[in-house]
Amino acid sequence: MKPGTRLKSAACDTEVMVIRCGTGTIECGGAPMGEAKPAEAAPLSPDFSGGTLMGKRYIDADGKYELLCVKPGKGSLSVDGVALVTKDAKPLPASD
Amino acid sequence: MNISLLLEMAAEAAPDRIGLVCDGKRWTYGDLLAAARGAFELIQESGAEYVALLDESSEAAVIALFGAALAGVPYCPLNYRLADADLSVLLGRIAPALVVGDEERVTRIAGDQEHTVYSREEFALKAQETVPGDEERVYDPGEGTAVQLFTSGTTAAPKAAILRHSNLLGYILGTVEFASADEDDAALMVVPPYHIAGISALMSSIYSSRRIVMLPAFSPEGWLKLVESEKVTNAFVVPTMLGRIIEALEKAPGTDVSSLRAIAYGGGKMPLEVIIKALERFPLAGFTNAYGLTETSSTIALLGPEDHRAALVSDDPKVRARLTSLGQPLPTVEIEIRDEDGKVLGPGEAGEIFVRGEQVSGEYKEKSALVEGGWFPTRDAGYMDEDGYLFLSGRADDVIVRGGENMSPGEIEDVVLTHPAIADACACAVPSVEWGEAVGLACVVREGHTQPGEDELKELIRSRLRSSRVPEKVVFVKELPYNEMGKLLRREVKKILAD
Repeated sequence: MKPGTRLKSAACDTEVMVIRCGTGTIECGGAPMGEAKPAEAAPLSPDFSGGTLMGKRYIDADGKYELLCVKPGKGSLSVDGVALVTKDAKPLPASD
Repeated sequence: MNISLLLEMAAEAAPDRIGLVCDGKRWTYGDLLAAARGAFELIQESGAEYVALLDESSEAAVIALFGAALAGVPYCPLNYRLADADLSVLLGRIAPALVVGDEERVTRIAGDQEHTVYSREEFALKAQETVPGDEERVYDPGEGTAVQLFTSGTTAAPKAAILRHSNLLGYILGTVEFASADEDDAALMVVPPYHIAGISALMSSIYSSRRIVMLPAFSPEGWLKLVESEKVTNAFVVPTMLGRIIEALEKAPGTDVSSLRAIAYGGGKMPLEVIIKALERFPLAGFTNAYGLTETSSTIALLGPEDHRAALVSDDPKVRARLTSLGQPLPTVEIEIRDEDGKVLGPGEAGEIFVRGEQVSGEYKEKSALVEGGWFPTRDAGYMDEDGYLFLSGRADDVIVRGGENMSPGEIEDVVLTHPAIADACACAVPSVEWGEAVGLACVVREGHTQPGEDELKELIRSRLRSSRVPEKVVFVKELPYNEMGKLLRREVKKILAD
């Protein structure tokens, strides 16, 4: 896995772009994400069904992982079972 | 990661939303993405190693930028104001290129360089009409150069500054919230396409889903007219443009500019009186001063609307002075001030501005200018106050060294400009037998005022600064030389003072 890789959810429509990552397993809806969609959809885990939002960036507590949601879906993102949170940046005034 | 992602996401989220208005024609995000994909086909077919734009701003700039990104070749907008001989050399350095714009000129000055040339209209039309074939397209992964910009090259051959996909995406993703603009938001673009601010504006507007309204050739009347008819909410201008807009607005006070909520400026030093007037003329608009360089993918520090208004009404000289500051560094970059030996300086101490961050390339095709730790020496001189506000005192190369003492032209100019009869001033080094360099001063007398005596100006400087700052030579000129971006051409002033 490297930055720039596009991952698809096995459980919903979510697609993310990897901005930063470590060696853990990136999941959506409780199932591992992959570069291709599996032939059979994985079930959506109720624990990871909060949904993803287009254009939001998701990070882990250590700042090791950062994912950009490029297609929203019903599942929510996690790494090795630990939920990721949205990165809330202070909005800047438009400068250009 | 490829910058084409920005347009793909905007088109995915709202394909039918208007993304661009130019010469009365409206383009949706879906149209723009389809045209960029069509341009990919044209670029592949041509075998071009670069995509160049030799034209004013138009939809072709967006299509060429993202088409080139998809194809994995650098986009290289060229300055159409250059003389034929200089332009021909630059075209030769990027041959073979797919060139969009002035067909006649490219054929005349670079006919033997094997470029593929399209006019603006032809390129936009062909890009729209070309539909990718059935086989799956493999677009570039975006690991290389997205944009190449030639520096103005006033002292040596122009350098080719390189901006990678990662630099530009670092800037946009770090500073712009996706689809954050309201449906009615519109940004008026007047910066030429070969300037970094012209490129970053395209990307940040598209990623925030803010409609781009293009004004290919600036005139203050044309600018005001578009603000009114397109209900423009955001605009970026260079200082000289803002001055002319205010003058035009004074002549046409009925113009409805109430839609304008945000005006950003940069590209050169903003005269204090112009920004004060602008704050009064546009009481509802938030002003943002943006400071950045080509090599940093645009903005690295900004002074926001609240700082502007607070400075305007403050009695505290320290807060008031911030109207002339560049503001604070973006949260995504680090800035340091260093002396000539590389020592990091504290608040209030002047030196060279260094910056690092994802958006900072600091790289030229020939070599990287980055120093240890990934820091980029900007060659801009300045200091930071104790609250982290950055102040610019000029280019490091503009510092006047008189008998070993370093003086910044800005401090002398600021004092001279307090004289009611002086409209504009430039201080620069003149050769001195005694000191190596001494201060030379060129002034423009304000309309309707009598030219003050040389001694009067010298006395004013002596009374406010040290005597070493007193100019050895003073000349009065009709106007000072500026480039089209509002940058004072100090070396031209040096020539005037040398005569």
